[in-house]
Amino acid sequence: MAQLIIPTPLRKFTDGQGIFTQEAATVKDLLAALAAQHPGLKPHLFEDSGSLRSFIRVYVGDEDIHALEGEDTALQANDEVSIIPAIAGGL
Amino acid sequence: MSFLPLDIDPQALKGMTDHAEAAFPNECCGFFYGSEDGQIRAVTVSTEVTNSKEGDQRRRFAISHKDYLNAERHAAREGLTLLGVYHSHPLHPAIPSEHDLAVALPYFSYIIVSVQPKGTAHVRSWQLNEQRHFAEEAIVALPEAWRVS
Repeated sequence: MAQLIIPTPLRKFTDGQGIFTQEAATVKDLLAALAAQHPGLKPHLFEDSGSLRSFIRVYVGDEDIHALEGEDTALQANDEVSIIPAIAGGL
Repeated sequence: MSFLPLDIDPQALKGMTDHAEAAFPNECCGFFYGSEDGQIRAVTVSTEVTNSKEGDQRRRFAISHKDYLNAERHAAREGLTLLGVYHSHPLHPAIPSEHDLAVALPYFSYIIVSVQPKGTAHVRSWQLNEQRHFAEEAIVALPEAWRVS
């Protein structure tokens, strides 16, 4: 089963759970399963339209899904998927 | 809502202020790790990260996705909690800006080092509240010279 790593600041919406494990064919399926189980995460991950927020990136292993097949990227049994929030700022 | 006070290990704090001074007049950035016990948020380690912002680094910082990924992996490997992000405000107060607020995340502490040509001026820490505004967090045992009086 694929493992999804929840970024630390969003674990308050998963009861402190840092890893979500789920059988899923694609990244999209995995994210949908996560959001179904933890609805409080939805506004932090998705726009109202259902697309991923621009501040959020998703990696499979060390690869940005933008360099793969996007949310349609197929998952293998032992893939590690990470949700990565944008970190930036300034004056 | 009140936040736990931060207790920052002196070496971890020195890592942040030394980084801010070395990067001056550019902004620096990094992560810090530690644990919480319900009474205190204890920062035990800070690590420098490259400011990956393209353009004027005197006014902006960014942390690459890879560096964020590595930070989460480091925390998991070491049994630590990724507690937040520090960055510097060269020639400006240690108060979060609109740019800081725009992508700020819940839960994280945001430590800001105000740095002047002669060195660190102030160190303050902030966290998003439920209204998505920054509220200041107390830092225990912060050297008097870096407190805002």
